[in-house]
Amino acid sequence: MVSIQSVCTSPSSLTYHDLPWIIKHREDRCTLCGRCTSVCPVQAIYLTYRRQRMPKLDILQKKRGSDYRHFVGIRQRTSIENKCIGCGMCSMVCPNEAITPTPNSNEDRSLFHINQKGEAWKRGGRRNVSGRTILDRIIFDRISMLTDPALDAGRHEFNTNTILGRILPPEEFLRRKMAGEWIPPTREIFPFVIGSMSFGALSPNMWLGLLQGVAYCNEVLGIPVVMATGEGGCPPWVLKSPFLKYVILQIASGYFGWDEIIRAIPEMQCDPAAIEIKYGQGAKPGDGGLLMWFKVSKLIARLRGVPEGVDLPSPPVHQTLYSIEESVMKMIQTMSMAFGFRVPVYPKISGSTSAKAVLNNLVRNPYAAGLLIDGMDGGTGAAYNISMDATGHPIASNLRECYLDLVAQGRQNEIPLFAAGGVGKNGNVTQNGMALIMLGASGVHIGKYIMQATSGCLGNEMGRCNVCNLGICPKGITSQNPKLFRRLDPDEVAQRVVDVFMTINTEMKKVMAPLGRSQSLPIGMSDALGIDDPAAAERLKIRYVC
Amino acid sequence: MCRLALKTADTPFSPYEVLTAMEAMQEGYDGSGLGLLLRGVQFDDFNYRGDLPILSGIAHSEAALQRLDEFMTGRGYEMKYDHEFDITPGLIEAKDRLKYIIRVYKDPVAADPSPEAVEQRHMEVRLDLRRDGEEHGGDLTIFSFWPQVVMIKEVGWPLAVGDALGLQDGRIKARVVMAQGRQNTNYGINLYACHPFFIQGIATMTNGENTAFVPIKEWLIGKQIPGYLGYQSDSEVFTHILHYTLKKLKLPLEVYKHVITPLKSNELDAHPQGEFLKGLRTACRRLIIDGPNAVIGTLPDETCLLVMDHKKMRPASVGGRPGVWAMASEICGVDAMIPDRDRSLDFQPMREHTVIIPPHRKEMVIWSQFNPFALPQAA
Repeated sequence: MVSIQSVCTSPSSLTYHDLPWIIKHREDRCTLCGRCTSVCPVQAIYLTYRRQRMPKLDILQKKRGSDYRHFVGIRQRTSIENKCIGCGMCSMVCPNEAITPTPNSNEDRSLFHINQKGEAWKRGGRRNVSGRTILDRIIFDRISMLTDPALDAGRHEFNTNTILGRILPPEEFLRRKMAGEWIPPTREIFPFVIGSMSFGALSPNMWLGLLQGVAYCNEVLGIPVVMATGEGGCPPWVLKSPFLKYVILQIASGYFGWDEIIRAIPEMQCDPAAIEIKYGQGAKPGDGGLLMWFKVSKLIARLRGVPEGVDLPSPPVHQTLYSIEESVMKMIQTMSMAFGFRVPVYPKISGSTSAKAVLNNLVRNPYAAGLLIDGMDGGTGAAYNISMDATGHPIASNLRECYLDLVAQGRQNEIPLFAAGGVGKNGNVTQNGMALIMLGASGVHIGKYIMQATSGCLGNEMGRCNVCNLGICPKGITSQNPKLFRRLDPDEVAQRVVDVFMTINTEMKKVMAPLGRSQSLPIGMSDALGIDDPAAAERLKIRYVC
Repeated sequence: MCRLALKTADTPFSPYEVLTAMEAMQEGYDGSGLGLLLRGVQFDDFNYRGDLPILSGIAHSEAALQRLDEFMTGRGYEMKYDHEFDITPGLIEAKDRLKYIIRVYKDPVAADPSPEAVEQRHMEVRLDLRRDGEEHGGDLTIFSFWPQVVMIKEVGWPLAVGDALGLQDGRIKARVVMAQGRQNTNYGINLYACHPFFIQGIATMTNGENTAFVPIKEWLIGKQIPGYLGYQSDSEVFTHILHYTLKKLKLPLEVYKHVITPLKSNELDAHPQGEFLKGLRTACRRLIIDGPNAVIGTLPDETCLLVMDHKKMRPASVGGRPGVWAMASEICGVDAMIPDRDRSLDFQPMREHTVIIPPHRKEMVIWSQFNPFALPQAA
């Protein structure tokens, strides 16, 4: 027998009940096939050879002794690097329903030890705050019940599209039109945009599936959905294809992939939907993009023009000599010029109390095509845990403030505001999006919802999975390892993209019809909103209802 | 849902005729308000010269009336005529109506006699007086100050209000009369909430409800154009959008339809002026209305118009003969105003139509949004 003293009790030693997820394994059902241990992305479980003592007491001979049974079992590792992430792949592959991770209701003590070797915890995924969000609590309560009959969502004609791009005041539009001067480019798009997820953060199969689905929405269903690339460029075959018009190309502080893009410009068959200049991201304000070395495969290295297998941290800000404003102005102008002033160029910032200042700066920049504000509930492929958890600004009040600022200046039609960060994080994507639109957004960007809905991302607000940064995505969504991403069928992803946008389109009508709206997207229709929280109602300047 | 009636004729007629037409459409209003606009007026006891501005409103107290007099004198306006209604007080619900003001003034000699400057001053007088009334607990209500235009708004059933003011006596006549019987919906009973709404000679009235009211209102207020205020009714934005289209953007009347109910992208692809109209739709995106609405309007030159919203869930109709035309929210209203007409020529506009009765009143023009319009330089 092992003495108590010799048990490993180092400062970092943990037991099962200290970990966020505990493997429940039923030895009576297990056939020891070993699939679970081989599929586990973090090797949290292992097959082990065990010996069990069987006490033997021979009463007649008054002799005591032991027999030993040997067996093979499955055990959970308790080291930090192998802690179970709760993805549940083990239960998905188990032929006998013998194994599953269960959330630990006890305190998660691994948090105290996650900084092994002095490395602060980095992870992918989401903020992990469960429960209803402010957006979930907003209801649409101005139902047409008197003069105007509620509309028929199934049979009336609805215009659910929005405009991306700088819109001139009507007087200025007419003046320029008469004088034959430049009119800023605009795009009529579906107000739910697939938010920036880079080719690099996402696997080739995921990217292909998304693009296929988006193309189908546009070309077959007539729903003008667009998707944003994120930092990291765009595969050359997309750049030179007619599908580029459904793609918003992002340029971020690392400028990854832009060599390829600039070289492809002469061969482009059409213009991209827009250019997004990333200045900040809701999930990790003040941090640049981060593609960890695990994911820098040969393809990604080529696309980004870097060596294979090195970390790719983008700087927190764009290279600039003097100020962010100056850099914004120069980049917007440079990008506009590169695409012949035919493509809207807009910045994306993280939700912040300084968002209004950025906005007012943009209002005065005649080339700025919009502003995307990304709230702190947004997700990411890789970030420091502390950035994800504690920095940023929730989207609802940030957006509302910015919108009301534009209203006060009478310029709410000029710079379209797009909102992101937690839209649909609990599954209520249309409701969340429409609430933001009625608070003043011209549209919303959705990322996590798309991953969950179209490719079965396992992440949830209970801290499940969160390993997008390590290239070991068990579903193959955020991995560059062909053994993993071949699990994801691009056709099925495309099918789900189409399912999602058809549904959002129908649900939008189901929201707009009772409000008596069908002719235009109800941007800023705050008289239709109510919330069951007086403080939030006051802050958002909407009606308190109970 | 409110009821609307408009009659326009070469020969001035009594507004009471239009009020009787309102009776035919009685199920559509609840006596919470009547608005009347008379254009091209004639007084039987005053030889009215058409270019003098007429002040219309209600004074609710002696103090208000006195302030009004002082204000107008202070601004250099000389009163030429003060119309006294032959009032039967018992027929009016409200008890605080001291005087219904219909007064003709002579403009002061001004440094800038250009029509634009004069128009601007007329509006400023109306707005200043309205503000003065609001600052004094609402003891002065001002509807219009404009040549040729008389406005009356009162709470009550249309015919009762007409009887109370003795409108049947024919002492006031007009070539154009707009009337609206109000169905009080989501706003309190307020005289300023009665249609028609008026700004710088342009007036419209509407039935139905504009569900895009709040964003449109916020945008109009943000433009900080004098006179874009009030909004006690969601329908006031229709007047201001018409004013904005004609006076600020200086676009032809037809474009109003393209501003409030633009065509879809695929329809504009086939439109001869599609490219311009797409740009206009984007620039004026915040002015897109969401009905159901029928908008009836009149312009300073006595042009009358009727526009439907895009859903066309209102049955507004136009009928008449050369020299006299009627528009109403229901065909029975047209029948009551002009019984002796060729009914086969009646017209119910569809979602794409604007019906225009030009000032000469020889014909009604039915213009479809799918047709081009004259905009030589821009389009």
